[in-house]
Amino acid sequence: MLEIRGLRASAGESEILRGIDLTVNAGEVHAIMGPNGSGKSTLAQVIAGHPAYEVTGGQVTYLGQDLLDMEPEERAQAGVFLAFQYPVEIPGVSNAYFLRAAYNEIRKARGQDELDPMDFLDVLEEKLKVVEWGPEIMSRAVNSGFSGGEKKRNEILQMAVLEPRLAVLDETDSGLDIDALRIVASGVNRLRRPDNATVVVTHYQRLLNYIVPDYVHVLSGGRIVKSGGKELALELEARGYDWVEDTAGVA
Amino acid sequence: MTGAYVKQFDALTTADQPAWLGPVRRGGMDRFAETGFPAARDEEWRFTPVTAITQSEFAPAPPPTAIPREAIAPFAFGHPEWPLLVFVDGRFDAALSSVPSLPGGARAMSLAEAIAAGDETVARHLGHHAPVEASGFTALNTAFIHDGAFVHVPPGVELAAPVHALFVASGATEGTAAHPRNLIVVEPTARASIVESYVALAPGRRYFTNAVTEVSSGEGAWTEHTRIQRESESAYHVGLTHVDQARDSHYRSFTLAMGGAIARHNLHVRLNAPNIETLMYGLYLTRGDQLVDNHTAIHHDHPGCNSWEVYKGVMDGDSRAVFNGKVFVRPEAQKTDAKQTNRNLLLSDGARVHTKPQLEIFADDVKCTHGATVGQLDDVALFYLRSRGIGQAAARTLLTYAFAAEVVEEVALEPVRIELERLVRERLGAGS
Repeated sequence: MLEIRGLRASAGESEILRGIDLTVNAGEVHAIMGPNGSGKSTLAQVIAGHPAYEVTGGQVTYLGQDLLDMEPEERAQAGVFLAFQYPVEIPGVSNAYFLRAAYNEIRKARGQDELDPMDFLDVLEEKLKVVEWGPEIMSRAVNSGFSGGEKKRNEILQMAVLEPRLAVLDETDSGLDIDALRIVASGVNRLRRPDNATVVVTHYQRLLNYIVPDYVHVLSGGRIVKSGGKELALELEARGYDWVEDTAGVA
Repeated sequence: MTGAYVKQFDALTTADQPAWLGPVRRGGMDRFAETGFPAARDEEWRFTPVTAITQSEFAPAPPPTAIPREAIAPFAFGHPEWPLLVFVDGRFDAALSSVPSLPGGARAMSLAEAIAAGDETVARHLGHHAPVEASGFTALNTAFIHDGAFVHVPPGVELAAPVHALFVASGATEGTAAHPRNLIVVEPTARASIVESYVALAPGRRYFTNAVTEVSSGEGAWTEHTRIQRESESAYHVGLTHVDQARDSHYRSFTLAMGGAIARHNLHVRLNAPNIETLMYGLYLTRGDQLVDNHTAIHHDHPGCNSWEVYKGVMDGDSRAVFNGKVFVRPEAQKTDAKQTNRNLLLSDGARVHTKPQLEIFADDVKCTHGATVGQLDDVALFYLRSRGIGQAAARTLLTYAFAAEVVEEVALEPVRIELERLVRERLGAGS
């Protein structure tokens, strides 16, 4: 589904990704772990097309298409979804309006009919259950005045509505208490299907107790320095990131 | 062109005007003859040169030809039974208006008719609130007092439906002037919502509207006053709204300014007693070569009054906007709580805004804050929307609308709010 080869990217003068190779197949869950500043979030944002990053080398192929050649909205319409580390507050736009606008844009891109507000409500009703929310959240402005946990739940709600093929969760566990973590993680698990894939970017192993990965990759200095199964996350938790950095010879 | 207006004034037939009105108008003319129009060196008009207005002679509009009802339908809103006063080129048009009988002896009618009928409320208030010293434009308007909306709500009476005063520029002739004069008197403990709108039938016409509205808000009265300025973008619009508030009264204003080649509105509020609440909200949307200027001034002369002000602007193209907000707090106005915010969004490299909060505080036990911001659309928010499949142009429009809608939400009366949201959506190209 996703093939990343030799991906390099910079923000301003500094190079952050220095040659990433990663293959993600349908049905798989990959965890990207690494210390602060290793480039995990940059990788997530480059996949979604954040204009602040300049891709300076490598290729990314998504479902046979050149992902780097697509605008952020085209990527979303093709089924790429990024759950933001810091979801953006948009005062003045209701959650309901925003979600329906996004949902309809994606339907339009797929040649499907747009839904009117009433029909969309039926879709929403099901999706709200994924994050254990009632309908009252829909009249609030997008993320505006939401707690940290509510913002992350709102990301998962958007993911549930937009039904992506490839979901990238950027530090979705940061700032969550244990109840919110459980809700967010079980939401992600309920959305897993054999034809979609999930990439979980996280600093801590904690989230991976709830969202169990098939593969774990350790990012350091803008490269993947170690890959393994889910047991690698536990080993990292026990031995710290210094251990991989030392074995990989990265300063 | 001061002399041209003096001649127009001298040519007026005043034989049938009541005795009290002559001196009011004469006072306006004398003041205007003395000061003329504001000059570029006048600090109050520094960013808004009015030479385009003052160096042409705008003639009084000829009596309008009949305008079909359908022509004004797009400008009316809400329920067809609600009071609607239509003025064409400054003159009341009874055929286009609908004035149902209002509860408790309340009246919404033509000012000219009220003057002719010898109305005592008019005699008591007209020209007693807005001082001719406010500017040369106010003086000129006072000299040419003829017609406009008169709304009178007797003590304790509550008007459930908003009164809409609709000023239509017919565009039948180029280069005409209208000087609408409105008087709104909300007596003690009465409640009313008034909408004043300025629209054009022919969008490209050049004309001049010089409006003055006087508002008297009695003790414990509740007044919502909405002003919608969407003149032709080739026209000139100057307006003054002067409000006098009595004890325990609540006055809330919403100003939408999006028309005019040059448009200026002054909102002056005087708090004449303790325990008054004033809310001033505004939104200005400019594009092309428009220049839209909002000046507000609130006078806290007595203790324990609250004023809350939020003006927002969205500027595109090579347009200019000006915001100046004055808050005066006199030494005796202790326990004043005043907050002023002005936020501006620039959509293009060519757009500009001059913003100047001006707080003059002479009391020591007060809570007064102000803030002004000028910015562009947030790149991170744009990316957030695009990452959800919403295209660049639609995302920009959505964020722009959201910025503007936040202040429209403050309008209390729902049908008025819905109409304002529709106008803003339409102007910004945002869908439903």
